Amino acid sequence: MALAKRIIPCLDVENGRVVKGVQFVDIRDAGDPVEVAKRYDEQGADEITFLDITATHEGRDTMVHTVEKMASQVFIPLTVGGGIRTCDDIRTMLNAGADKVSINSAAVFNPEFVREAAERFGSQCIVVAIDAKKVSQPGEEDKWEIFTHGGRKPTGIDAVEWAKKMVELGAGEILLTSMDQDGVKNGYDLGVTRAISEAVNVPVIASGGVGNLDHLVEGCIEGKADAVLAASIFHFNEYTVPEAKQYMRDKGIEVRL
Amino acid sequence: MATVAVIDYGMGNLHSVSKALEHVSPETEVIVTADPEKVRNADRVILPGVGAIRDCMAEIRRLGVDKEVEEAIASGKPFLGICVGYQALMQSSEENNGVECLGHFDGHVKYFGDDLTENGERLKVPHMGWNEVQHDDHPLWANIDNGSRFYFVHSYYVKADQSALVSANCTYGLEFDVAIARDNVFAVQFHPEKSSKVGLQLLQNFLNWDGKR
Repeated sequence: MALAKRIIPCLDVENGRVVKGVQFVDIRDAGDPVEVAKRYDEQGADEITFLDITATHEGRDTMVHTVEKMASQVFIPLTVGGGIRTCDDIRTMLNAGADKVSINSAAVFNPEFVREAAERFGSQCIVVAIDAKKVSQPGEEDKWEIFTHGGRKPTGIDAVEWAKKMVELGAGEILLTSMDQDGVKNGYDLGVTRAISEAVNVPVIASGGVGNLDHLVEGCIEGKADAVLAASIFHFNEYTVPEAKQYMRDKGIEVRL
Repeated sequence: MATVAVIDYGMGNLHSVSKALEHVSPETEVIVTADPEKVRNADRVILPGVGAIRDCMAEIRRLGVDKEVEEAIASGKPFLGICVGYQALMQSSEENNGVECLGHFDGHVKYFGDDLTENGERLKVPHMGWNEVQHDDHPLWANIDNGSRFYFVHSYYVKADQSALVSANCTYGLEFDVAIARDNVFAVQFHPEKSSKVGLQLLQNFLNWDGKR
């Protein structure tokens, strides 16, 4: 009897197509984000995140149409991230049918953008994405920093302080990608996930490095995340969403089955 | 052709609500509008809403939506309030230092609080995600199991003055009124348009409803 922990499959979308591939046994076109989102909805996914990795303007227009199509066929919350830099970008995605937008580097370059966005559209649709890496050495007190450019560029900004600041400015949710593990599937960095989840009063989505179902469980229990995001373990049928939820329930976590 | 008017006062994602209605009932004409004539002529009326209550109430009054709502409720046609469109039907809200609402129902909208806990765990605000709804036997719950999970996003909750109004409740640190019902009016805090199968079922039930208990 409590709020369920959410499971969120994340799709990388480029020029209106899912990249990195998604495999379903009985799906005709696994490259169509709308078809993939529909399948995840049927499986019981609690939300969908589209990460737009398109570089061109034309590609961005394609993304708007993709979001429109998804919103008219899939009836669970949709977050769109990638390339959200202005209030116009946000308005375009919300009008197309996105429920939330995720702001990443634009927040680092201009934190006031988060305030402006939250005041204009409401905190409930503003997610701030944070890419954090551990920078302390073994034996030192734990310290995590914000990185930009896909985890390549350090900023010198403390991740926990940054998360608190983002929430003060109006972020309604934090999407935390922890990248300690060099991209290998060793699970979330539970230390920073927990530190941020305990430091802020808005939901935290754990992301990054999920390789098995125990990682999802750890993210919720030790990391105290409110939602867990994963990509490849679902895309390649390693695990289905119902399998993940059943496993989590067996470990005592509230899920929507 | 049956028609449903989704009242558009510039607040929130009406696209989702109208698409969900079209999805469950392609034979119903969905009209997104603030035009009083169109609202008056529709067979059913929905008042959605997302965002801060002060801004919502300001737009509701500026566009004359308050009169449209009053008229629709008095007409006896099926009326559905969603999220802030539910809260707006109450007397007042604590949000934005106190905002007077439409007052169609006795009760108030309150803040969850910053020190909310459940089983010793601190709870986040907003209440965001899928939570269990315990409901009565109102026609809008047809074919929806008691305890089904719906999708919520809100920091303020409704508490009705009389329990007779309450059609469903939910617990998030405290028990609150998820749905109220009286005559031809039904209103819910969650987002049926984002609640997958059970949400679509509720919208289907609304389109099938004759406005009577």
